[in-house]
Amino acid sequence: MSMLYSEEVMDHFANPRNVGVIEDADGVGEIGNAKCGDIMKMYLKIENNIIVDVKFKTFGCGAAVATSSMATEMIKGKSVDDALSLTNKAVIDALGGLPAVKIHCSVLAEEAVKCALADYYKKQGIDHPVIKEAEEIMGRGEDHDHAIPEE
Amino acid sequence: MKRYVYADNAATTPVSREVVDAMMPYLTEKWGNPSSLHAKGREAAIALEDARGRIAACIGADAKEIFFTSCGSESDNWAIKGAAYAGKKRGKTHIITSAIEHHAALHACAALEKDGFTVTYLGVDKNGVVSLDELKAAITDKTALVSVMLANNEIGTIEPIAEIAKIAHEHGALMFTDAVQAVGNIPVNVKELGVDMLAFSGHKIHAPKGIAALYIKKGVRIDNLIDGGGQERSKRGGTENMPYIIGLATAIENAVARLPEMKKVAELRDYLMDNILKAIPYSTLNGPRGDARLPGNLNIGFEFIEGESMLLLLDFEGIACSTGSACSSASLDPSHVLLAIGVPHERAHGSLRLSISTDTTKEDADYILEKLPPIIQRLRDMSPLYESVTKANV
Repeated sequence: MSMLYSEEVMDHFANPRNVGVIEDADGVGEIGNAKCGDIMKMYLKIENNIIVDVKFKTFGCGAAVATSSMATEMIKGKSVDDALSLTNKAVIDALGGLPAVKIHCSVLAEEAVKCALADYYKKQGIDHPVIKEAEEIMGRGEDHDHAIPEE
Repeated sequence: MKRYVYADNAATTPVSREVVDAMMPYLTEKWGNPSSLHAKGREAAIALEDARGRIAACIGADAKEIFFTSCGSESDNWAIKGAAYAGKKRGKTHIITSAIEHHAALHACAALEKDGFTVTYLGVDKNGVVSLDELKAAITDKTALVSVMLANNEIGTIEPIAEIAKIAHEHGALMFTDAVQAVGNIPVNVKELGVDMLAFSGHKIHAPKGIAALYIKKGVRIDNLIDGGGQERSKRGGTENMPYIIGLATAIENAVARLPEMKKVAELRDYLMDNILKAIPYSTLNGPRGDARLPGNLNIGFEFIEGESMLLLLDFEGIACSTGSACSSASLDPSHVLLAIGVPHERAHGSLRLSISTDTTKEDADYILEKLPPIIQRLRDMSPLYESVTKANV
């Protein structure tokens, strides 16, 4: 089993983009738990349906930091609809691949974006399917990253 | 100035120059098979038995009690499975081990469980010391083997093997200890320990990977793991790995000769420990202090951060170390050793193991002390867990 990271993963881990907090964020999403070893928190600033700023904080491994960083880069300046369609696979591809045991990090990154967008819609008083999706994600709780079979 | 500091000697060690020099003739000129009757073979056979005797002397054993294997995992598997299947013939189908063994020993026990054996996993205290009361309560006349490591690879705890062996023998069980981390780091004498079997490996003491040994006390009968052409007195088949066996002999002699220097290694470890704990808040030592742990082993947990990230950032600075984080391995759980001593999952993910050696200098330690605190701070600044702590303190 290879544990080697791609150059893109190492770059995003060593120089993570968009680390930080947005104090007056329009949407905030947090996913994961300390017991499992990774937590991602994502902050969105949204104007006229466009994500004008995004910041993240992550507790986790190199892949967790890199997928958070890449996910923020992929949605920054994009429309809310574009962000909603971000998949973990797109994050993996943009990073030039991930070791099999790290795939769950990319899932967390996708989910963190979804949870932040759900929070945005809730704050706007807009009923959107992503709210229910985020509730399901949060409801899975501790089992979130246990979907990877043992190798 | 950037340095390279290797602080992962519990994982493996560089092969020393003396070991390479001792091995070379057995790769180039003295390439005979010790089983051959001709001159080339006899030359190898003499060297093989000389090496066996030198190695035996380093641990207080007789030459005939040393059996060469390919790695520590093979020695562990042979001792545990060999003793279990030998015991089964006498109606003994119970094994006792500890919760903090190396995976080679733990997984050998798990394989035996699948084959009908019962295994008791002894708990440990907060310092990682095996509970003798639990051992006394668990052991019966059905116990074939007690297997407890001499020193732990993650937190350096040195176990009371002589006492454990005494209890095992009182109940007619064999006693095996995995001494892979201990040999060459603390004095090891098989007679003082009173063990029936003891495993050690070359690559932890500056010999190459791919050579290890199992001490089997004279008169102790265990089943073979590898049957073959009569090598190792028909107990372990396979043409002897001559260059590596010669390397192991040189390495263990050098390591034992340098044992007096381990006091200095322990002092350097304590210097690192004291200064890390002082410089970095929310940090805790995992495992015991002082002589209760291996001289070169240091394991510290840092809250609010994850170990793999820390390891990678230290690696960028030229510092090689290990972590007990789940993310550093294929498993999703953090170190079974840290969990066994009661470290919560959250803190186990942020653990750092530094394992230093006689080659580690004060300058190396100071370099670690210079680079580590800003790395921890950088990761904490990025951690949503730390955010909530700093806010709570305002």
